Amino acid sequence: MNHQLDLMYRDVILDHYRSPRGRTPIDDSDFASEGHNPACGDDITLKIALADGKIKEVFSHCHGCAISTASGSIMAEILKGKTVEEAQELAENVKKMLKGEDFELPDCAGDIDALEGVKKFPVRIKCALLAWMTLLEGIKNYQSGRGQDVATISTESGDE
Amino acid sequence: MIDMHIRPKDNIAFLRTDTKNFDVEKIKADFPILSQKINGHSLVYLDNAATSQKPQAVIDAIERFYREDNSNIHRGLHTLAERATAAYEKSRSRIAGFIGNVSREEVVFTSGTTASINLISFAWGDKNIKAGDEIVITEMEHHANLVPWVMLAQRQDAVLKRIPVTTDGRLDLSKLNDIITDHTKIVALSHMSNVLGTINPVAEIAELAHKKGAIVVCDGAQAAPHMPVDVRELGIDFYAFSAHKMLGPTGVGILYGRSELLEQMPPFMTGGEMIREVYFDKVTWNEIPHKFEPGTPHIAGAIVLDTAIDYLEQLGMENIRRHEIGLTAYAIDKLSAIDGIEIQGPLDANIRGSAISFTDPNIHPHDISTFLDSKGIAIRAGHHCAQPLMRALGKVATARASFYIYNNEDDVDALVDAIKEMRKYFGV
Repeated sequence: MNHQLDLMYRDVILDHYRSPRGRTPIDDSDFASEGHNPACGDDITLKIALADGKIKEVFSHCHGCAISTASGSIMAEILKGKTVEEAQELAENVKKMLKGEDFELPDCAGDIDALEGVKKFPVRIKCALLAWMTLLEGIKNYQSGRGQDVATISTESGDE
Repeated sequence: MIDMHIRPKDNIAFLRTDTKNFDVEKIKADFPILSQKINGHSLVYLDNAATSQKPQAVIDAIERFYREDNSNIHRGLHTLAERATAAYEKSRSRIAGFIGNVSREEVVFTSGTTASINLISFAWGDKNIKAGDEIVITEMEHHANLVPWVMLAQRQDAVLKRIPVTTDGRLDLSKLNDIITDHTKIVALSHMSNVLGTINPVAEIAELAHKKGAIVVCDGAQAAPHMPVDVRELGIDFYAFSAHKMLGPTGVGILYGRSELLEQMPPFMTGGEMIREVYFDKVTWNEIPHKFEPGTPHIAGAIVLDTAIDYLEQLGMENIRRHEIGLTAYAIDKLSAIDGIEIQGPLDANIRGSAISFTDPNIHPHDISTFLDSKGIAIRAGHHCAQPLMRALGKVATARASFYIYNNEDDVDALVDAIKEMRKYFGV
């Protein structure tokens, strides 16, 4: 098989793609956001519920390609138990990782490192970023006291 | 339902020419880019609806122009300027012949199909469209033949109407008489869809539009490279297409316009070359087509379009069309046989071009494209600049393979084999 391709579509990625996590709906959320990539048609809906200052439940539903779906699934799995600040820090580091900058992941970063291979495919980086950009937008709203508004983000426009 | 079968006027039937001499291997050898390996595989280039590759003859012609003849055109009085001007105008005449022996003054050089359509929408549109007038487009338009009309409608407070698309990817003409009315001033439609491949019954629609007093603008970006085009037989007023999809360079487009309309239109962009006399308080315009060609154009590009047309006409546009009908039928047959693969657009190769959009129920078009690229196969994935059409189809995106003169059944087989392998790889 093609090694370059396997670098992006790692087994872990394909596993998240085939059985995405975080798809169980949650009733009450402390903040929510929606991300959209008009160029790909990828959509993600994100809802986060907190308890005792930590993320308790995550609903992450991504409709899109293998990379964006897996990225949203990996995120759903890893956010539980983290504070909002830790989640923000994590998302910022994922951004750095995908952009090829220096980054730092905590020990309990789950399957995030499986996304690193995407950076070898410049046109697909936005796919991996969508979930994390959407999370950051939701956090921004939450931190400014607008957690009940659904934050929306559109990552890229124009194609072909 | 109005009976609108494709007739000979639509330039696609009655292809008589023998295709024995259509030697794809020989053609392929004329395109140096095709001989390379991509990701360890021989390149299979199936993104021709986006842009075509260039034969050595065109590459050589560009080099030769800059090496031997480079000069600005029209204004110089030295030998190089005369040579460059003559070659530029010769190319214009060649194009006039290529689209049905129109008058050379009816051929305007632009930077591409998009620029051509914008020119009409501003120069003809702003002058002639009033509040309440109707502009009719179709649901299958590329954004290039859609956004300029949306903007014109907004500027002039006009009404934008559309001809819908049937589930099999053809124009739904059942309510055409309600859509094109006495209030309609412009009907803008593509000759061939860049997503569905559909060849539209342009001549019939133009006939109805003219009865209602509307002008007809046809986006020929996908059709002109692939089939004989006679703008007079189509009965249209404007025809726009691009050099780069027909073996020529990017940055060169054509606008054919009926001389009577071009004469009446004010200029779109102003500056040098498009003027006759300039005073501080008064400017008079140059004659057509120069009135619409301000500034220094892509001279080398326009000149080598002549070389590109040479190449195409040596093969014969009817032969090209026939070759693609055969290849399209073969590809549709093979792709349809793959479990789950859904083809958008008509399945009859006789009424469509060679751009074939397809989807897999479980694999996103971008993943399809990335996987195929790993096999050296270049296709396109996305909304193909036709978002309203994607919504009508209920898709966010499609994968699209599009063929040209240098593709053959081996390329289709490579595509089909790779798709089968892809479905195993993703295991969905």
